[in-house]
Amino acid sequence: MVRLVLPNPGLEDRIPSLDQLESIEAKEAGSRPQWDNKAQYMLTCVGFCVGLGNVWRFPYLCQSHGGGAFMIPFLILLVVEGIPLLHLEFAIGQRLRKGSVGVWSSIHPALKGVGIASMFVSFMVGLYYNTIIAWVMWYFFNSFQDPLPWSECPLNANRTGYVEECARSSSVDYFWYRETLNISTSISDSGSVQWWVLLCLTCAWSVLYVCTIRGIETTGKAVYVTSTLPYLVLTIFLIRGLTLKGATNGIVFLFTPNVTELANPVTWLDAGAQVFYSFSLAFGGLISFSSYNSVHNNCERDSVIVSVINGFTSVYAATVVYSIIGFRATERFDDCFNTNILTLINGFDLPEGNVTQENFAEVQQWFNATEPEAYAKLHFQTCDMNSFLSEGVEGTGLAFIVFTEAITKMPVSPLWSVLFFIMLFCLGLSSMFGNMEGVVVPLQDLKIIPEKWPKELLTGLICLGTYLIAFIFTLNSGQYWLSLLDSYAGSIPLLIIAFCEMFAVVYVYGVDRFNRDIEFMIGHKPNIFWQVTWRVVSPLLMLVIFLFFFVVKVNEELIYSVWDPAYEEFPKSQKVTYPGWVYAVVVIVAGVPCLAIPGFAIYKLIRNRCQRRGDRQGLVSRVSTTSINGDLKY
Amino acid sequence: MLCLLFFLVTAIHAELCQPDGENAFKVRLSIRTALGDNAYAWDTNEEYLFKAMVAFSMRKVPNRETTEISHVLVCNVTQRVSFWFVVTDPLKNHTLPAVEVQTAIRMNRNRINGAFFLNDQTLEFLKIPSTLAPPTDPSVPIWIIIFGVIFCIVIVAVMLLILSGIRQRRRMSKGPTEMDDSEDKCENMITIENGIPCDPLDTKGGHINDAFMTEDERLTPL
Repeated sequence: MVRLVLPNPGLEDRIPSLDQLESIEAKEAGSRPQWDNKAQYMLTCVGFCVGLGNVWRFPYLCQSHGGGAFMIPFLILLVVEGIPLLHLEFAIGQRLRKGSVGVWSSIHPALKGVGIASMFVSFMVGLYYNTIIAWVMWYFFNSFQDPLPWSECPLNANRTGYVEECARSSSVDYFWYRETLNISTSISDSGSVQWWVLLCLTCAWSVLYVCTIRGIETTGKAVYVTSTLPYLVLTIFLIRGLTLKGATNGIVFLFTPNVTELANPVTWLDAGAQVFYSFSLAFGGLISFSSYNSVHNNCERDSVIVSVINGFTSVYAATVVYSIIGFRATERFDDCFNTNILTLINGFDLPEGNVTQENFAEVQQWFNATEPEAYAKLHFQTCDMNSFLSEGVEGTGLAFIVFTEAITKMPVSPLWSVLFFIMLFCLGLSSMFGNMEGVVVPLQDLKIIPEKWPKELLTGLICLGTYLIAFIFTLNSGQYWLSLLDSYAGSIPLLIIAFCEMFAVVYVYGVDRFNRDIEFMIGHKPNIFWQVTWRVVSPLLMLVIFLFFFVVKVNEELIYSVWDPAYEEFPKSQKVTYPGWVYAVVVIVAGVPCLAIPGFAIYKLIRNRCQRRGDRQGLVSRVSTTSINGDLKY
Repeated sequence: MLCLLFFLVTAIHAELCQPDGENAFKVRLSIRTALGDNAYAWDTNEEYLFKAMVAFSMRKVPNRETTEISHVLVCNVTQRVSFWFVVTDPLKNHTLPAVEVQTAIRMNRNRINGAFFLNDQTLEFLKIPSTLAPPTDPSVPIWIIIFGVIFCIVIVAVMLLILSGIRQRRRMSKGPTEMDDSEDKCENMITIENGIPCDPLDTKGGHINDAFMTEDERLTPL
């Protein structure tokens, strides 16, 4: 066993000792927030972890990396990467009873940068995540009508046909790209603020404000709905989906194992990244949530339960999503085939019903042989079930294009549309609770905000500030900005923060001390599985994933997909390179959180040096602090 | 002589109604697609009804009020069910212009569809485009109504929460000030140096040494 611990003088002074922990808990009961019951805590953590990624990222990864075979790397990495990191965050929060900034600065003052980086990342992710929720709300508001607005193309000016852009692509594409986003053709072409998206954004931020206005006091009540409703809706969709024609095609397509994919390192990399991002680690929210727990809460069991639920939800959501996708693909295939049959019947004036899907091929051959000139004039489409099944099925494309199209083909479409978008809304909102926690609590810990200010005011200011910055996503080019932030704000910095977290707890705080703490809190020492994963396996995995990601991201050309009606291959998206100034944006967005870690350490070092020069009492590194009613204030 | 005339007439008729003939239109019916099991068979009686509907449509056109069923000629009926038709003038020596026939059919499309229990997609007149139904635009888009409802609920909730928070804080700040006095506050102020609580030098006599004190006795009971 590696017993390496970095020297860490003064650690004992910064953290409450084990004996003081229980007394602190009793004292804090009035001033510090607390969970009303265990269910609230579990639901909040599950809600934070289970988000939109479980619905629209995991199914795509599963299907594109060998279906059923993808479960193997996913489950393996869930166990060796996800659960240990989760347990670590829960345990350290519960032990040190502070938010992320407080925890890392308690472990070592120079590590405050880790907490600040977490805060930045939570802020950036919260910025664009709530815009996705605003889009979900837009679709939700539009679902209360029959027929659904995205089921038909609008008519053109002189009512002779459909609008050209819609006729060339499809009604769902048109509704998403034109009537919702009113998207421009490049990220430089900003356009103006789209008032309808702005209204939905306002609504989204207001709802978030209502739910987080008093921290976990209000969040804890909201999660009873936002964390449980998605499961209910998923079950309803599963039952509905399985009764639709072609659902089994989709599920078979999803789970058909292709074991050769396991040899592909990208599969393992994607599985690791998915596990990591799916657990919402390194945002700081989980540390904060578990710091409100009682001291002897069994964090080990909690981490295992939350991980299992998260994994199960991913698989369950994938099944539901692909049953609906299978239905849509079958419908499209049938439409395509029937169009071909109609072409053949109309071309040769055959009676209806003579040509069916079964004998189509032979009838086609017969006519090709007997009347080749007439046959050559006919134009048949190629109908391939597999291509329909693998069409654009991740991210916003899945939710707002593929799924909405599938819903229009189901009977009583407005009902399914409303249910689906409520589910997405709840999934997104419960993840936003964690993001808000990851921003509000560090700001309080950093003492930037005056103590007197009530929590409502602080939350309100943060919501207002982020809302104003999010105006950028309501421009015509908003979706391009969102994809940019999605790719770079939340990926690299989180990996670095997670690696620093593990390193800090295991080697700066000391894994022996950590073991003793856990033994005190839950009654038994963490077993050998935790020891191995915390010390060696998980940090190594984080490093490997980070290096791979970094190399891939740095080497890839910065291109993005653009919706351009003037493109020759429209309705396909055109791949365009980003303009030069985007590189600067990427560096800022990804670099600032990462650089906050060493930056703050250097700043602290310089300040210590300066202080020591002017400070005669070199031995005394602590300042006298007053304590009122016994509350120790650091 | 009569036979010859008869043959001549039918020959002329045959010439007037031809696939791709001048002013001829192709019609295609998809009865089985529209009606499934209730599909009727296409026979000469149905043809007669069709001719009647076309004649009816033509009679609505100014100057063509005298169109008779016999002026409508149908030919090349296939199994699909598809056929060509033309409308001739009363003298039966030339066909009426396509534009007139087109206008007449377009104006009465719904009646013709209804007579056969079909719609624009299952009773196709090739080369006669159907007018698309205008979209039903409500005066206020529905989404704004839903948005307004939800937004108002949220604003009311925010107001309630903020007001209750202010009231709670006012109650809490009034409460402790009535119970504590400043002397008690001074007594409980403990300076911490290096994490070790020090006894303040200016407290009153009889102050218990914190180092040996248990939790419950920290606050002197009344």
